[in-house]
Amino acid sequence: MKYPIRLTELELQQKALQMRRDIVEMTCAAGSGHPGGSLSAVDMLVVLYNEFLKHDTEDTEWEERDRMIFCKCHITPAIYSILARVGYFDPKMLLTFRKLGSELQGHPSRFSPRGIEMSGGSLGQNLSIATGVALGLKHQGKPNRVFAMTSEGDLQEGQSWEAIMSAAHYKLDNLCALVDYNKLQIDGNVEDVMGVHPLDEKFKSFNWNVLIIDGHNFDQIRQALKKALTLKGRPTAIIAHTIKGKGVSFMENQAGWHGKAPSKEEMEKALAELQLKN
Amino acid sequence: MAERELMLARQGWADALLELGEKNPKVVVLDADLAKSTLTCLFKDKFPKRFFDMGIAEQNMINVAGGLSLTGLIPFVATYGVFVSGRAWEQIRTSICYGQLNVKFGGAHGGISVGPDGATHQALEELTIMRVLPNMTVLAPADYYETKKAVLASVEINGPVYIRFGREKTPAVTKPDSPFEIGKANIMQEGEDITIIACGTMVAESLNAAEFLATKGVSTEVINLHTIKPLDKNTILNSVKKTKCVVTAEEHQLAGGMGSAVIEVLAQNLPVPVEMVGINDTFGESGTPKELMRKYGITSKDIIEKSLKVILRKKSNS
Repeated sequence: MKYPIRLTELELQQKALQMRRDIVEMTCAAGSGHPGGSLSAVDMLVVLYNEFLKHDTEDTEWEERDRMIFCKCHITPAIYSILARVGYFDPKMLLTFRKLGSELQGHPSRFSPRGIEMSGGSLGQNLSIATGVALGLKHQGKPNRVFAMTSEGDLQEGQSWEAIMSAAHYKLDNLCALVDYNKLQIDGNVEDVMGVHPLDEKFKSFNWNVLIIDGHNFDQIRQALKKALTLKGRPTAIIAHTIKGKGVSFMENQAGWHGKAPSKEEMEKALAELQLKN
Repeated sequence: MAERELMLARQGWADALLELGEKNPKVVVLDADLAKSTLTCLFKDKFPKRFFDMGIAEQNMINVAGGLSLTGLIPFVATYGVFVSGRAWEQIRTSICYGQLNVKFGGAHGGISVGPDGATHQALEELTIMRVLPNMTVLAPADYYETKKAVLASVEINGPVYIRFGREKTPAVTKPDSPFEIGKANIMQEGEDITIIACGTMVAESLNAAEFLATKGVSTEVINLHTIKPLDKNTILNSVKKTKCVVTAEEHQLAGGMGSAVIEVLAQNLPVPVEMVGINDTFGESGTPKELMRKYGITSKDIIEKSLKVILRKKSNS
């Protein structure tokens, strides 16, 4: 299937709910994984993969495809869910996540499953990869866009700022970084562990365009991505304020759910909450 | 000792890049503010649009190169060996090698012969920390001609290749038409009594040692092991079956380097007495290349001493 397509608000809500259910089920079945930061990224991924990324689930090497590079690669539950749900592979495979022999490795490999552009898992590296992809496409006169999903944890790595510096230096306006800014990391509040505030000023002083949105508001996500496509001469950072664990009441804003799988009971409780409200 | 022309190995790297630049529009070059030193400045002058200055930010440079490779380009990255292999090691491991990205690394200023810059700039660990990485090919060519051939051959491999070369002019021990194949060690001279296995600048020192040993009636086989990985086990084992003793010689830490790669093969297949010439678990210091090579025990004289010792060990075993 070829994307982008246009979805209604209701369809976006349904797809986001489906992803959140996948995330809870996958991490429960695996007995490990990262639900918190997966749940915070869901709404952006739903909009991006359906309504903005140019891609074809039948042809992963399509020359005209846009490139999606994940910097926060621990959110494999969200990554694999969106890839399965847009049609890259059978969603039944999701429950093999993190199991021996599975295509769905704990952190993604470039070679599996279908739809993954780049391996990753070590923070700080893939914003540089995205910069290189954007530079390579621009160098070859290609119009493809590059999207990178990063986070404030990823931005604590010094290399990320090397990438941010170089992307601006090479005026990579074909690059858009989405910051899933959920304010929590493994050891607690980001501002207690190692403050990154003010992220917008940092990006601005590195000569990036900056857009600030609510990362759970479909319309704001859509408007920001639309705007990013029109801005010339600089890369764009969309700083999306999000809630870690979004959608599951007992996981929301809890650092403890960064890298912990729900028990069977917790999964049932979460799935009961993840229903379309009338 | 044989008179050999002194040439810069890094010029071989630069000349090969120019040749590749002409032949293949996909070849691009990145440097971290050392273009004048790694001589990638020559490529920059000729192909300015295909040269990317990345500033003094090696980790980013390596991964940007990885990103470029994902768009079909063939990036060559250059900086000093210490910085490319060391500072960006985990980038090379996780992004480049695990991702099997088609990036070529020029590790300039390898070895203690970097000289007056001192210990911080003398790369002595790259062979160890590069060869431990799955999917990596590791080359340590012997001179100008071989460095040029190594760079040209590296584009035939779809994956990461690390090429180590030094700073100083070194004797040309090969010729423009000498054979070079990645993964195939070259026998520089045949002999019966001992096998000396060397790479990089130590090939010239080994040939000088062999020349002296001949005057003492010792027939020496000298192997130029320009490819550290994948290792040419057959050439090594076939030689050692005949000579039954080995000296390894490298301008590199002994732990885990070329010599270690050789003894891993020997210990498992053909255990024989081995002596090793290399840097013995210490950092270097400032000095002229010659002074340093003498002080740290990596000259032909050291190879001769170890050779005579290992032959005695062989005799006392039999």
